[in-house]
Amino acid sequence: MKSQDFVEIAIVAFVAIGAAPFLAAYMARVYSGDKHPLRFLAPVEKFFYRITGIDSGQEMDWKKYALSLLAFSSASIVLLFLILVGQGHLPLDSQKLPGMSWHLALNTAISFVTNTNWQAYSGEASLSYFSQAVGLAVQNFLSAAAGMAVAIAVIRGIAAHKANPEGAAPSLGNFWVDMTRTVLYILLPLSIVIALVLVSQGVVQSLSGYVPSLSLEGKQDLIPLGPAASQVAIKHLGTNGGGFFGPNSAFPLENPTPLSNIVEVIAQILIPFAFPLLFGRMVGKKGQGRVVFAVMLVLLVVLVFSAVASERRWGSMEGKETRFGKSDSALFAVLTTITSCGAVDAMHDSFSPLGGMIPMINIMLGEVIFGGVGSGLYGMLALVLITVFIAGLMVGRSPEYLGKKIEAREIQLAMLAIIAPNFLILAFSAVAVSLPVGLMGLSNRGPHGLSEILYAYASGAGNNGSAFGGLSVNTPFYNLTLGADMLIGRFGVIFPMLGAAGSLAAKKLVAPGAGTFKTDTGTFGVLLLSVVVIVAGLTHFPALTLGPILDHFLMTMGATL
Amino acid sequence: MKKKALPGYGISRKTLLSAALAAFAKLDPRVEFKNPVMFTVWAGSLLCTIAAAAEWIGGLPPSSFAVQVIAWLWFTLLFANFAEGIAEAQGKARADSLRSMRNAITAHLFNGGEKTKDVKSSELRSGDLVVCETGDLIPGDGEVVEGVASVDESAITGESAPVIREAGGDRSGVTGGTRVISDRIVIRITADPGEGFVDKMILMVENATRQKTPGEIALTILLASLTMIFLIAVVSLYPFSRYIANESKSMNALSLLKLVTLLVCLIPTTIGGLLSAIGISGVSRLMRKNVMALSGRAIEAAGDIDVLLLDKTGTITYGNRMATELIAAKGVSEPELAEAALAASLADDTPEGRSIVALVRDRLPARPAAAAGGAFVPFSASTRMSGVDFLAAGGESDPKRAIRKGALSAVREFVEGRGGTVPPEAVGACERIARSGGTPLAVSVGNRVLGVIHLKDVVKQGIKERFAGLRAMGIRTVMITGDNRLTAAAIAAESGVSDFIAEAKPESKLEAIRQEQAGGHLVGMIGDGTNDAPALAQADVGVAMASGTQTAREAGNMIDFDNDPAKVIDVVEVGKQLLITRGSLTTFSIANDVAKYFAILPAVFSGFYAAGGRSPLAALNIMRLATPESAILSAVVFNAIIIIALIPLALRGVKFNPAAGASRILRKNLLIYGLGGIVAPFVGIKLLDMLLGALGLA
Repeated sequence: MKSQDFVEIAIVAFVAIGAAPFLAAYMARVYSGDKHPLRFLAPVEKFFYRITGIDSGQEMDWKKYALSLLAFSSASIVLLFLILVGQGHLPLDSQKLPGMSWHLALNTAISFVTNTNWQAYSGEASLSYFSQAVGLAVQNFLSAAAGMAVAIAVIRGIAAHKANPEGAAPSLGNFWVDMTRTVLYILLPLSIVIALVLVSQGVVQSLSGYVPSLSLEGKQDLIPLGPAASQVAIKHLGTNGGGFFGPNSAFPLENPTPLSNIVEVIAQILIPFAFPLLFGRMVGKKGQGRVVFAVMLVLLVVLVFSAVASERRWGSMEGKETRFGKSDSALFAVLTTITSCGAVDAMHDSFSPLGGMIPMINIMLGEVIFGGVGSGLYGMLALVLITVFIAGLMVGRSPEYLGKKIEAREIQLAMLAIIAPNFLILAFSAVAVSLPVGLMGLSNRGPHGLSEILYAYASGAGNNGSAFGGLSVNTPFYNLTLGADMLIGRFGVIFPMLGAAGSLAAKKLVAPGAGTFKTDTGTFGVLLLSVVVIVAGLTHFPALTLGPILDHFLMTMGATL
Repeated sequence: MKKKALPGYGISRKTLLSAALAAFAKLDPRVEFKNPVMFTVWAGSLLCTIAAAAEWIGGLPPSSFAVQVIAWLWFTLLFANFAEGIAEAQGKARADSLRSMRNAITAHLFNGGEKTKDVKSSELRSGDLVVCETGDLIPGDGEVVEGVASVDESAITGESAPVIREAGGDRSGVTGGTRVISDRIVIRITADPGEGFVDKMILMVENATRQKTPGEIALTILLASLTMIFLIAVVSLYPFSRYIANESKSMNALSLLKLVTLLVCLIPTTIGGLLSAIGISGVSRLMRKNVMALSGRAIEAAGDIDVLLLDKTGTITYGNRMATELIAAKGVSEPELAEAALAASLADDTPEGRSIVALVRDRLPARPAAAAGGAFVPFSASTRMSGVDFLAAGGESDPKRAIRKGALSAVREFVEGRGGTVPPEAVGACERIARSGGTPLAVSVGNRVLGVIHLKDVVKQGIKERFAGLRAMGIRTVMITGDNRLTAAAIAAESGVSDFIAEAKPESKLEAIRQEQAGGHLVGMIGDGTNDAPALAQADVGVAMASGTQTAREAGNMIDFDNDPAKVIDVVEVGKQLLITRGSLTTFSIANDVAKYFAILPAVFSGFYAAGGRSPLAALNIMRLATPESAILSAVVFNAIIIIALIPLALRGVKFNPAAGASRILRKNLLIYGLGGIVAPFVGIKLLDMLLGALGLA
């Protein structure tokens, strides 16, 4: 590895890890309604409630919270769908682009509302500025905020307990208030800062039409423009990942310099890094958050180094930006997949088989190694509950987490949240390799083709949105199956976890003692790590063996397909 | 005290036989369906058998490999059933012997008068009155409503010393099948046929009727979910392998047999097969300690107890004050005092008296001459003394030789009445003893006070270590006593109990339990009297003594036939051991899968893109298993025999030392069952592969 790579990894790690405790402390204040530096914006918040008619004092149980989210997301999908289908009749369409096909529009609408940002289109060739700025950029904020709101509700459920046995279960908060505060006090201020830095590095921010130019080869070209910087900022910050332009962050106008690359990388891990610590703060036991953070970090480091190592050992420069090189591309690939961001600065398809498998494994681990904003934490908490249940028995007491007994209902819901994405990946991939419409989209055959399909459905179900590449996905079959994949992958985890939080909130606290299974120790960290790896490993190892692993051995044997 | 061995302790040939028969009977799909993991194995095995049979009928006889694999799939199922069967048989052997003991009893129905009517015990209804006289077997569980009798309960407890059961007190409970060995009592039957303790016990050890505990339900959900994940992984492998097969043009998609084998090896059959055996054996292990749980839930809850409410008397101390020290007055030699104390106590049959005799004989092996010919003066409430009078030559009692022992005030009155005085050092000794929580007993001969005997509430041997162990497990012990604070504090300090409640009134227990529960604690207690009933009902685990009143027995969720107040500690240990065993085997079962993947996947995929006999995936065969067939067979054999191998562990429970503390126990179990669970199958499968190769089976 070049020394420059080390420097860059060190900067990213230093900034993200260093910022996490402060951001967590700030976010804890925002969500609990305590005093915080941006409190002067409170009139804006109040004004917003007044014009929308939101009753900010309403307390919601898990069902109300989930229904509010469902209503909000459904309305968002319908609205975005209509914008995308009808963009030809809407303003700011400088290139006179027609509306999207219904299935592509549906896929795209689901994709952006579920914080997946899977793109079966190329931004500059398919979307008007109106669709980008009013449709997609808005959802970049809202889908991120929704994920964070859900995580906060789940944390509240774990932290809360009944004041007395006969009393009503404590509420999980108010969905509308959590959404508003997330956007107003966290996402907007941070993305403004990031957008300004990106503009300073040369990311475009313009409403003018595309610029015609003569390329070096003497061909007539169109240089696409648009309100990119503002959207790219939240694309990373909100772990959305949907590129403004087709090549995403591999494109100079979206990611022009090494500094912009570092800023984008940091932006996408900033909030996910803060979330476990925020969790520790909100349950009143910082150590609990630190263990979860440490487990995520250890897995991250292992994955980064294995991806970088396998790229340096077996990778080529095909599909990579010469400006970034092999190590940098691998780092970006790991970070983008672990955070469920899905922005790419290289084509994962062109990685060596094992190098390409690492991003895929990241997603298959359930997007819980930091993961998407909010979603990473509630996904990880499902695994925490399972770990507590399996290992907790071994101290000779019924399993309990943070003073709450983990019983049949919590196990059922946590397992549902874990099974849902895994089921989607394998079931849809199985359908795709069995049907001609599925195989039609493959640009490579053999094990690599299987990797392409597995990656696509993993990316959708994990709400990651990055593409392996090589698979033509703008077909009714892929648009619809991936649409369902993303939708169930998102809500199939959210609803069970909200349900589990509701059930935990209604439990009375068990007093801690020397016989309690401790969940803030290194032993627990090792256990959690093993459960994360074993659950994902046992589920996907057979499929991965036929995909990237077989691909790898064929490559090392020198076989030609 | 020595106990008789009771039936149902070991594993007899009969137990094995009935378990083997049960293993086949349990292949019934309605039985298997209750266990999602084993039902999946059942469905898979059936599918493979039918497919192989259909091919055979179509003219294609199955390969030796297929026959062996299918046989081992069925063995997996049979082994799991056998585990359950052996646990049931073990529990039932104990219950059956209890039941047979009482079925053929003739009961004498009592109608209030002299006349009785004889009926069979199985016809008795709750509320019936029966008479039992010397030599009669008590026909059913009930309560003594009239009379006192000594009862031999050895059939149930193994304890040969008879016990007293009497109407009205806290010792009115009798159990069917025990024998009245003296006197006559009238018993009100408290259970309808089929609902007595023994009947309940039988329901608890038969899996078909046993209710799953909350912990078992939660674990079953986890295991079913894991099964679901593996089902998805294996089912989707068929289209994946078909696609790769088409692409590589080198072999077919995976066969049904290989897919089912992979599935069976991956789903948690080890814990799935042993789960109910673990639960049943928990009931049996408690029974071995002569405790009957009225629900499996109670055993589980016992593991969660973190506060134990213990009566001082009988639990922490022997219950009787015992002589521990002789303090002679000035000018009196110790042997002189000892001789007087012995003389005053030889005929004294109270525990205190016996303890004095024991102490003197212990201290003075050269036994003082027994005072022969004396007339025992028993303790009475008015004199508050006991002693012995000797006859003078004239047949009159000799006032100079009269020996008395009793409370200082009573003895002072006695000697001063005869012109003597109490020496000041004896008064001082008495005060010192009282301050330490003990009871002083002054001894006088004639009008002389010879000294003082120190009577003490003696803390049971080994109780301190047990409390230390409990504390290490995070369990707080609270002693409850009617004694004053001083006495209570002294006993508490000596016994190492965490906390105590002195000057307790009958309702104090209930209050204490409510208070602890409000603080998030789970409380266990043991009790016998009617006074205890509300507290027993309120406690998370309430152990009622079988000798206790009917109200108490109905309020508790466990019954102790030994009537041993310290038993609640055993109950907690059994509960914890049950949970640890369950967790350890779950961990082991899941950890096993890693090795099975490395055994099976390279084997089943070996044909893809194989060129010149070289399989690209051969590198994954890290165990270097001989052939694909041998690899698959070794994995499935390992998967099946590990169930058999772990039956003893499931029945006995994972060994654990409460004193080690929670985190050390966790780390140890993680090492053995987690890490061991990963390593063991690598070794086991490799050895089986070598063995199968050597035998020419694969």
